[in-house]
Amino acid sequence: MRTNPSPELAVDWAGCKGHGLCAELLPDHITLDDWGYPIVSAGPVSAAAAKRARRAVADCPALALKLKAPAAGR
Amino acid sequence: MTAIDNGIREAAVQQQTQVERTEDNGVLPSRPLGLADHRVYYGALPTPDQLPLGELAAKLGHAGVRGRGGAGFPLYRKLVSVSGAARARRVAPTIVANGCEGEPASHKDKHLLWLAPHLVLDGMVLLGRELRATRAVLAIEAGAPHGKGDLVRRVREAVAERDVRQDGVRVEVVEVPGRFIAGESAALVSTLDGGPGLPTYREDSVRERGVGGTPTLIQNVETVAQVALIARYGADWFRDYGTAAEPGPQLFTVYAGRNRPRVVHAAAGAPLWPLIADAEPIDAVLIGGYHGSWITAPMARHARLSEADLDVPLGAGLIAALPAERCGLAETAHIVRYLALESAGQCGPCLNGLPRIAAALELLADPHHASQRNGLLEDLERWCGMVEGRGLCHHPDGSVRLVRSALIVFRTEIAAHRAGLCTGGDRRPLLPAPAPAREYAAH
Repeated sequence: MRTNPSPELAVDWAGCKGHGLCAELLPDHITLDDWGYPIVSAGPVSAAAAKRARRAVADCPALALKLKAPAAGR
Repeated sequence: MTAIDNGIREAAVQQQTQVERTEDNGVLPSRPLGLADHRVYYGALPTPDQLPLGELAAKLGHAGVRGRGGAGFPLYRKLVSVSGAARARRVAPTIVANGCEGEPASHKDKHLLWLAPHLVLDGMVLLGRELRATRAVLAIEAGAPHGKGDLVRRVREAVAERDVRQDGVRVEVVEVPGRFIAGESAALVSTLDGGPGLPTYREDSVRERGVGGTPTLIQNVETVAQVALIARYGADWFRDYGTAAEPGPQLFTVYAGRNRPRVVHAAAGAPLWPLIADAEPIDAVLIGGYHGSWITAPMARHARLSEADLDVPLGAGLIAALPAERCGLAETAHIVRYLALESAGQCGPCLNGLPRIAAALELLADPHHASQRNGLLEDLERWCGMVEGRGLCHHPDGSVRLVRSALIVFRTEIAAHRAGLCTGGDRRPLLPAPAPAREYAAH
């Protein structure tokens, strides 16, 4: 799935503990809510942010940030 | 055969001639049916010869069945994706009939299982044959409270009555903890796989990889029973009920005034008002369930019972009239506190947001606080936005739907509370909200 050219960000909500690292690495795609949990903007990750997005996924302390194929059926 | 048995049989035969014909005849019998009576009442289960592979799916597609568990997803599309995944991966699928009616106010699934367990089992057999499933699980609330007796035992007895060789499908009965979200598909898969019964993050849907990693078809028990009816009477019979967009007979749990809740059979397009007129004067009506929506009394008076007309999902089929002497804000606060306590506590937004939303609603429901606290509505709106769509299951989304509908439907009452008044004198809760079980307390 990661081979897809423009993947989307997803959060494993049970894994996410609100560390907030993702919002620092990807401010153009992720902000934090009142409680420190990520608010992820909809749609594919921009080309400019693709590398940082992979970095944010790899660096998430809870391994709760994911990149997945866009609009996959749920 | 005793005289009583003959009496049941005669009554069943009399009703059988009506089951295909009249609109107001219950699709359900008036008393519980054992296997022999069931076959008389509904007719024999079609054999594999009578219903070759592929034909059931075609019938279900033509009938336009949608899931009756709450989400209303088309059955045919699920069937196609499960069988497609099974074929692609060469893995035999699992079917699950979901009888975990987590809604404390809803009784339709328990009522169905009590009166016609064999209709659900027939549907499982038919779906199991169609999908060539190797596992067929009937999931049911552990110790399911039911006014008339021990539902789990009744269902197990019904399973024991059947001839597995003839059916070609062996049904396992699995008891699931009676939690609000226990019937959510990923939570149910977790339970059936021996896990904690909580929603999990999934790369693939349960249709692709569900129980034991197999493609899994999960359908509400009422939907499964509809399969058994359509296999016997046909898609056109099904479409004789309801509207073109919302076909089929449906079960609803109705609260109307002081009467005990009752389960009724109705179809989309019928007037809503006669079902709840006993509760007059009415302030508002809750449609769908605790993840549903309030509608105003004038709306309920004129609308027809359909999603198109009411503009809200019929969800799990709850219709609860709130008498005028009750306070809709107090009622909503009571339900939302229950929903907050039923959060599995796994997902940050739900864990943080729902208790805050519940607390703000409790303040709003109390004229003394509502008149002195500013910003409650703004807080509620902001928190609703922060919770919605941000969890592993739809618990936050459904809870937000209820809250938002309350803020619109009870806006006159909100204005009264902010002026320090409550127009509803009776603040006792109308709808049940059982105290949370201990299992999730650790979160």
